[in-house]
Amino acid sequence: MILDRIFPAGDQNVSRRTVLSVGLAVGGGLLLGIGIPALVDEALAADDKSFSPNAFVRIDPDGQVTLIVCQVEMGQGTYTSMPMLIAEELGVDLAQVHVEHAPPDDKLYSNPLIGFQVTGGSTSVRGFWKPLRIAGAAARTMLVATAAQAWKVDAASCHVEKGTVIHAATGRRLAYGALVAQAAKQTPPTDVALKDPKDFTLVGKPVKRTDTADKVNGKAEYGIDVKIPGMKIATVAACPVIGGKLASVDDSKAKAVKGVREIVRLDNAVAVIADHMGAAKKGLEALVITWDGGANAKYSTADLVAQLADAAKKPGAVAQQDGDVGAAMAGAATKIEAVYEMPLLAHTTMEPMNCTVHVRADGCEIWVGTQVLSRAQATAAAVTGLPLDKVKVHNHLLGGGFGRRLDIDGVTQAVQIAKQVAYPVKVVWTREEDVQHDVYRPYYYDLLSAGLDGKGAPVAFSHRVVASSILARWAPPFFKNGLDIDAVDGAAGPYGVPNVLVDYVRQEPPAGLTTGWWRGVGVTHNAFMVEGFIDELAVAARQDPVAYRRALLDKNLRARGVLDLAADKAGWGKPLPGDVGRGVSLVFGFGTYIAQVAEVSVGKDGRVKVQRVVCAVDCGRQVNPDTIRAQMQGGVIYGLTAALYGEITLRDGRVEQGNFDSYPALRIDEAPTIEVHIVDSQEEPGGMGEPGTATIAPAVVNAVYALTGKRLRKLPIDTSQLKSA
Amino acid sequence: MAFDIKINGTSHSVDVDGDTPLLWVLRDVLGMTGTKFGCGMALCGACTVHQDGTAIRSCITPIESVGTGEITTIEAVGQTEAGQKIQKAWLDVEVVQCGYCQSGQIMSASALLAGNPHPTDGDIDDAMSGNICRCGTYVRIREAIKQAAQPAATNERRG
Repeated sequence: MILDRIFPAGDQNVSRRTVLSVGLAVGGGLLLGIGIPALVDEALAADDKSFSPNAFVRIDPDGQVTLIVCQVEMGQGTYTSMPMLIAEELGVDLAQVHVEHAPPDDKLYSNPLIGFQVTGGSTSVRGFWKPLRIAGAAARTMLVATAAQAWKVDAASCHVEKGTVIHAATGRRLAYGALVAQAAKQTPPTDVALKDPKDFTLVGKPVKRTDTADKVNGKAEYGIDVKIPGMKIATVAACPVIGGKLASVDDSKAKAVKGVREIVRLDNAVAVIADHMGAAKKGLEALVITWDGGANAKYSTADLVAQLADAAKKPGAVAQQDGDVGAAMAGAATKIEAVYEMPLLAHTTMEPMNCTVHVRADGCEIWVGTQVLSRAQATAAAVTGLPLDKVKVHNHLLGGGFGRRLDIDGVTQAVQIAKQVAYPVKVVWTREEDVQHDVYRPYYYDLLSAGLDGKGAPVAFSHRVVASSILARWAPPFFKNGLDIDAVDGAAGPYGVPNVLVDYVRQEPPAGLTTGWWRGVGVTHNAFMVEGFIDELAVAARQDPVAYRRALLDKNLRARGVLDLAADKAGWGKPLPGDVGRGVSLVFGFGTYIAQVAEVSVGKDGRVKVQRVVCAVDCGRQVNPDTIRAQMQGGVIYGLTAALYGEITLRDGRVEQGNFDSYPALRIDEAPTIEVHIVDSQEEPGGMGEPGTATIAPAVVNAVYALTGKRLRKLPIDTSQLKSA
Repeated sequence: MAFDIKINGTSHSVDVDGDTPLLWVLRDVLGMTGTKFGCGMALCGACTVHQDGTAIRSCITPIESVGTGEITTIEAVGQTEAGQKIQKAWLDVEVVQCGYCQSGQIMSASALLAGNPHPTDGDIDDAMSGNICRCGTYVRIREAIKQAAQPAATNERRG
């Protein structure tokens, strides 16, 4: 997200700045701490100047390697890619590395690319690519040195294999487990030699994920599956009007429901606690609640859009200024302007929001799956008044994150409820609650304009982004001088245009309507705006959309490379059946280049069917190619759901959608075939969790244009504009 | 009142209201959390279990309607021939991402395969379009079902 602008493609300084510490683990093993000073502005980082490991590697006397890492597993494959990096350099099989969820601690488990403990922004591989390899290599170096000393041979004459140090000349072997106690007494090396990538045996090969076996037999434990002795189940109704309060509630009928234990009132919500969710839901339905809608009781999406449109009239904070757009525009042969819009979006992770909490007089314990563990701990401390070290948070597998679990509103609420009862309580939101009280992707209202020369080439490009600022709320130090650097991430596109102006106008919705991260963040938003608009320019120039883009990429060869690859694999330019249209898009984000070609048809009812998507991706060096494919396939589906269906609307201050009937998700019968072609690259790794989502919507609207001549500048796709019968 | 139900071959007696959905009996009363909650309205399929071999949505199945029907959940579907094939194919094809919906996907796919050893793409669409996956694993789900549907001899050769 924001990080692309700070660290475009990984940071070469990671190795220089990585610090190692070593010690004896409980039980006699080797414990290696890896400290990576924050790569963000140090003033922004949670860390002070003391040594702060970000990850720990423990090797036990039985040879088991444990990686305790701050990055959480939400489907993106970190519990496989992180141990792969360690295993590669340490010289053990992947199966020998066991991953443990890290506890909350911003000092110990900071994400080097963001500055505190967070999994987001497609940063895991980018942030830990070097540090984890260094840790593995350092541990290997120490284990080899220990064995060499014992054998009184030169360390250089030893090698490692599957967790064993071997002295080939004499055939002697020592397993790592037998060496850890002595190795732990060594000073960690300050400079370790990393493997030459050509010698990688694991990194870059398609590897089976480590977390799947328990996910096909029901054993995997997500936050919602936690079972604590004495635990009760609660479900909640928060005021349906955004920012509204609870006025009164008659709970007499609810209390009569079999299995209902207690009704808990919060300022803006009511919770029913019961023996099981069935009783809690039945109890909730039996409540007679009076809400106080407050100031937003008449608020609607139309108000939101009107405010954004009004705000768009004035210039904003300048994000990028190349050349002189005004002069170039004045001299342009053709001028094109357009307004592009994207709606509020919910996340609908398959695992609805939930959090289990036990508040006692002397402490608080939390069981949850979250992308921001330390923030979950902090909010519990704030709500209970307990010191931070009395709040214990157990992280779990996440049943989807997509940015929703970068916010801790659900944890705050669960602690507020649990604080009022004596026993552990699992708070589970219904799907309706999940959709109606999400932290929504902002509504974006953007103005784009361009001036073309006599040959149709763009000489001026301007993009004004108008939206609420997620950064200003979520990470205020990153919001400077009125500029949200995430909102404008990718706003100029990957093209070489001589005169460019990008500015940002912040316009916040009323309090209570909170906006937050959504898969692909700023890049997803800007990809739709820029790639739709560049397609318009190609049309105005009477040029082929691929050729038009290609001509603007002389200085961006990786971008041109994926564009060429996608076009080639898709058969760009070759005839299609008359009822199929083809569109292209090109995106750079998270250190990764992606081009996609979509083939679509449009029914008489205006419904768009995406039949085939061809993806070309250059994400630098690959860690697990199969995960790259999976993230590309999944990213396309997630982005396609939003392009075709995703829209949260407000009426009378209330979100109008509630469940998968009114907020649909793409289903298997609507899923296109997806081909993924990965560029063999030696560049630093790029992120893969999000860019696939960013690229699909513009490819689809461009394909719809190619087929129908209808230019769609607003998502989701309005089928009424495409009806032919 | 108490209801006697048979789950994965074991009888259980549960004391809940008759309109309590089977999903919550499984998850909260019996602690069998492999079956997932996703929507509560039979819209997403995360809660899919088998009743006498047929895929049903446990979130809208009142406990009083189960009667003597034999319920199979994700925890035991691997003991059926179709379930075992589906689970293996899911691992071979590396279908799973976050995994939360996959219990339901596997239950729907197992019921499909048990009743239709060689499903067409259309059959797969019909049987699986009630199961939502937000990670977007559909391409691989289709591939895994087709792999599981191959003749046993082929599977053996694949090792």
